[in-house]
Amino acid sequence: MNLLVCVSRVPDTATKIFVGPDGKTIDSKGVKYILNPYDEFALEEAIRLKEKNGGEVTALTVSADDATDILRNALAMGADSAIFIKAPAEPDSYQVAHNIANSVKDKNFDLIFFGRQSVDFDSFQIPSMVAELLNIPSVSVVSKLEVNGSKVIAERDIEGGKETVELSTPCAISAQKGLNEPRYPKLPDIMKAKKKPIEEVAFFQVDAAVEVISIALPVNKRVGKILGDSDSDINEIVRSLHEDAKVI
Amino acid sequence: MPMSDFFYTDDLLSDDEIMFRNIVRDFVDDEVIPIIESHFQNATYPSHLTKKLANLGVFGIKFPEHYGGSGAGYVMYGLAMQELERGDSAIRSFASVQSSLVMYPIWRYGSESQKDKYLKKLAEAEFIGCFGLTEPDFGSNPAGMITTATKTSQGFLLNGAKMWITNGTVADVAVVWAKLDGEIHGFIVDKGTPGFTAPEMKGKHSLRASVTSELIFQDCEIPAENILNISGLKGPLSCLTQARYGIAWGAVGAALAVYQSSVDYAKSRIQFDKPIGAFQLVQEKLVYMLTEISKAQLVNIRLGRLMEEGKATPQHVSFAKRNNVEMALNCARLAREIHGANGILGEYPIMRHAANLESVKTYEGTHDIHTLILGHYITGLPAYQ
Repeated sequence: MNLLVCVSRVPDTATKIFVGPDGKTIDSKGVKYILNPYDEFALEEAIRLKEKNGGEVTALTVSADDATDILRNALAMGADSAIFIKAPAEPDSYQVAHNIANSVKDKNFDLIFFGRQSVDFDSFQIPSMVAELLNIPSVSVVSKLEVNGSKVIAERDIEGGKETVELSTPCAISAQKGLNEPRYPKLPDIMKAKKKPIEEVAFFQVDAAVEVISIALPVNKRVGKILGDSDSDINEIVRSLHEDAKVI
Repeated sequence: MPMSDFFYTDDLLSDDEIMFRNIVRDFVDDEVIPIIESHFQNATYPSHLTKKLANLGVFGIKFPEHYGGSGAGYVMYGLAMQELERGDSAIRSFASVQSSLVMYPIWRYGSESQKDKYLKKLAEAEFIGCFGLTEPDFGSNPAGMITTATKTSQGFLLNGAKMWITNGTVADVAVVWAKLDGEIHGFIVDKGTPGFTAPEMKGKHSLRASVTSELIFQDCEIPAENILNISGLKGPLSCLTQARYGIAWGAVGAALAVYQSSVDYAKSRIQFDKPIGAFQLVQEKLVYMLTEISKAQLVNIRLGRLMEEGKATPQHVSFAKRNNVEMALNCARLAREIHGANGILGEYPIMRHAANLESVKTYEGTHDIHTLILGHYITGLPAYQ
């Protein structure tokens, strides 16, 4: 099987974010960047499919920064090769989707995997956009996947339940947490990843569809809540400490 | 959680080194830290982690691919030891023994058939190894050992006892040092060899999540091909240099754990209506920790590169082991004070690291012996003879 996994380079979720001096970007100084956590599920699923059915896994990223570090990470996990498309400036989702579609349209991928979202801008748009541009079916937020030949059965999370859909290859899948348990790359594979190829592909020029006007940190508003000693209020405070404040 | 790196030592690491360090770091956060306190309390080793550590490639870091290793360098190994000991000294001790004290002597002094028989299986943790040098009456003075090997028609007969042996009870293979015709030689002893037993030592207040054992040899006959090709004290000492190097990194991991917990605690614990981190006496303790950890990080990276270039001496390793373990123990004690009563609770990692580091300070060459090694280096006058 010919498998593509689109990955992105995002700030570590434990990083404290500051807005840059232009008010439109984040200050990247001191920020540790990682492989987008949802993309690890996508990679793991593709690698497992390769291990089961044979074939190749290619990892791809579009980034304005040098993203070879996360591509090496994908190669260490088990991808066979990587494609790096360097953008001249921070691209919007539309530009990223166009670049992915343009660079893979002739490569006959059976499945194209994505994380369900990148945890930096959280646009949720790219998997569907790429599928549309390539004119292939897509299914998003997939938590269980079965592939038999060209038949694909995907279970996806929907509000309060699960939905099972069937589609056929080629198709696009965006991975939800729980799809699998991503592996830790092994040191011998990290050493071998150095020898795997990373192909650099020129940026496909297309105008951005969305312009960032400003970004701001959320204002920490404290809203007081007064509860009594009734059973329902006690239940509410336990729920609130558990689910809202997440301290218990 | 980003770790303290005040002098940007990450800039001195390769991409591979950073990637693997981060993977071991994540592994320790996910798999070691959540479970280690109960193992420490119950005095059990978390044996389910052994295979997982092997799968990461932790045991074979420095050895060639042919023997199940990765062919990586000393800094890679050091970083892994640092992260494991950030979890617990027991986990790092396991890896030190497996890699530096068992795989290393077999790789360095073993015959090709010994290497083929053991190294890959040790790298994959199909075999667990242990290292028998110390005896009940010979710790800092291993040259005085009384365990003997005598030649027989089939091989060698071992008699004697070893003590304080990490993993002895669970080991499939022991590298044992014994005197043959008055000179120290290394021997490989397989589990189950008649005359070889390894009872566990109980009642430790330190390294409680690690198995510590005696090795007892009573007319234990091993085949002639199980001897290693090295004689004299330099054999075991060369292994200890490898392991001590890893301890120098591991100590920084333990210090980072107690420092990080102290910073968090100092910023969140309120007394007299302000965080205790606002008090000068607490700040002074935190500054000591940051300073000593940063210095130790710089020593480690330099020592690691010297090891890789073949320029490091055992004295460099003594310097790093001595300095870093003492500073880590001091950090743990200060962290205990910053955490107040909470510092003694299992909810925080402080007392566990403090108790572990008490052992780390006196194993693999006591702090005092490393002082004498450096004193010997400076003056040319050995104090231990």
